[in-house]
Amino acid sequence: MRITIKLFATFRIGRFAEVTRDYPAGTRIADIIGELHIPEKEVGMIMLNNRHAEPDQELHDGDSLALFPLVGGG
Amino acid sequence: MTERILRINMTTLSSAFEEVPAEWQGLGGRALTSTIVAKEVPPTCHPLGKHNKLVFAPGLLAGTPAAQSGRLSAGAKSPLTGTIKESNAGGTAAQSLARMRIKALIIEGAPTEDRFYGIRINKDDVTISEETELVGTGNYEVIKTLIKRIGQKVGVLAIGPVGEMRMSAANISVRDPDGNIRSHGRGGLGAVMGAKRVKYIAIDDTGGAGVEVKDPEKFKTAARAFAKAILEHPVSGEGLPTYGTNVLVNVLNEAGGLPTKNFRYGQFEGHDKISGETMRETIIQRGGKPKHGCHAGCIIQCSQVYCDKEGEYVTSGFEYETIWGIGANCCIDDLDIIAQADRVMDDIGIDSIESAVIMGVAMEADIIPFGDGPGVLKLLEEIRQGTPLGRILGNGAAAVGRAYGLTRVPVVKGQGIPAYDPRSVKGIGITYATSTQGADHTMGYAVATNILKVGGFIDPLKKEGQVELSRNLQIATAAIDSTGLCLFVAFPALDIPETMTAIIDMLNARYGTALVGDDVIALGKRVLKTEHAFNLAAGFTSADDRLPEFFEDDPCPPLNSTWTFTGEEIDEFWNF
Repeated sequence: MRITIKLFATFRIGRFAEVTRDYPAGTRIADIIGELHIPEKEVGMIMLNNRHAEPDQELHDGDSLALFPLVGGG
Repeated sequence: MTERILRINMTTLSSAFEEVPAEWQGLGGRALTSTIVAKEVPPTCHPLGKHNKLVFAPGLLAGTPAAQSGRLSAGAKSPLTGTIKESNAGGTAAQSLARMRIKALIIEGAPTEDRFYGIRINKDDVTISEETELVGTGNYEVIKTLIKRIGQKVGVLAIGPVGEMRMSAANISVRDPDGNIRSHGRGGLGAVMGAKRVKYIAIDDTGGAGVEVKDPEKFKTAARAFAKAILEHPVSGEGLPTYGTNVLVNVLNEAGGLPTKNFRYGQFEGHDKISGETMRETIIQRGGKPKHGCHAGCIIQCSQVYCDKEGEYVTSGFEYETIWGIGANCCIDDLDIIAQADRVMDDIGIDSIESAVIMGVAMEADIIPFGDGPGVLKLLEEIRQGTPLGRILGNGAAAVGRAYGLTRVPVVKGQGIPAYDPRSVKGIGITYATSTQGADHTMGYAVATNILKVGGFIDPLKKEGQVELSRNLQIATAAIDSTGLCLFVAFPALDIPETMTAIIDMLNARYGTALVGDDVIALGKRVLKTEHAFNLAAGFTSADDRLPEFFEDDPCPPLNSTWTFTGEEIDEFWNF
């Protein structure tokens, strides 16, 4: 299945801003975080198709996954 | 020497240092400006008339070595909203006033003749003199001239041409440590200063007694713990100094809550070009500064210095809300044009958030098309010159909406809605509706818990928990705004319990008091209730605590959510 992964802020450093890749069925968000060598405690927000998501959620074909470190402003 | 109130009367052009009344002793910042306005300003008065008063108050911790303690509160009845108003800013003025033991500065009355004045405050005397040279000039020139006239360290509060012309979106500029500009942005307080015919207030704290800290050792320990918590939290210690507040463009875009094309959509195609990530790269490439503090003692450093392609200074304090507003909201994806607009807004003295909403509504009205960056600069020039169109624009988004017969006008109580769509971030919608000051995200920043997962998580698309969240945040914010601490200390305070303990310890060490957490909450509640009572007496009712109806009728793509709170649900807010 095709999954688009978007990284933001410091997560882009040494990685990428956006890629679309193939993953086997049953891949979870946590698997992708692990594959990218992002320590799970550094993950502030996970957005799956524009909604907040949890690491144990399974992905589906065509999903768009966005990962942010803990950031803020205002 | 004890602390004093400085009262300046612009009818008689006189001034007096007064004792601090007992009931104002434990107050500072917003608690003090709102208490003074509520006590001394008739709620039904004309905001530009002689009965309104403009009050400045440093926070309770101003002038101490505490990190982030340099915010100055300004208060009055707002000409933009008709409500009570408090707007706080960084810069050097708060610390200078505190060092001279001036707990509040009250400017009242108004001259009968149409002349402008400059006020100069020294440790024991005040000079009020007619000003002719600087009338009509922008804030950058005012600050430069006053540094030349008085000295390198002079503190400055000033208005630009927009304030002189008493337009409702006018701000008050505050000189920062580098001689650049911070702003008391929201609510048109610059028009109140213009109505009092005060072009600037120059503050020279030479020889000031400095603040008295009752228990210096205890203060030092608490201040150290406080700074440690700020630097340890990922938002205040890493995110804000690296990307500034503009990191939020991509966050809100991803969450479908980045208001685009005058609040039509929740995502903007050009988001990456105006994002914090792109801005940081651009600043570094051009030799600007990616981090910078707005006052001495700031360790978060969310500000920055943005330069043009030639490496020349354009602006600083370049915030997410400004970039969102002139950017996504106006469909402009060019950071350089947005930076130029930011500089012009600082110079002419107009709130950059209100202006962003004004420009979106001006595009809705077809005065210029969406996406027209040079058009925005042209309209800002109309405002600077005070042409008839410029004056309609400078009186706020609601005024533009009325002048052009529009319904898609994103305001609450006449104040423009900032950078977070309330349909996609429902907690912040409750803050916009219920805030005592019109739509203002900083009054109760529910975005933290709805979107950023700071202080827990409450689903931004559901109604459950939002009223309580906004209420708790508005109470805490009113208390923090009274300490004079930068609101961004709320990020560590929401996650690291030692932060709040350290703030209370610093207050107790400074004043020799024995406050506990509940006292701070009680102060926040008291501030909100004082402000609310003023508004009710000014003629506001719960029917004013509502969002514009297009938020109920028009779904916001891509999530297609609408605003579904009933009036009764919103009114629960005031049950405390």
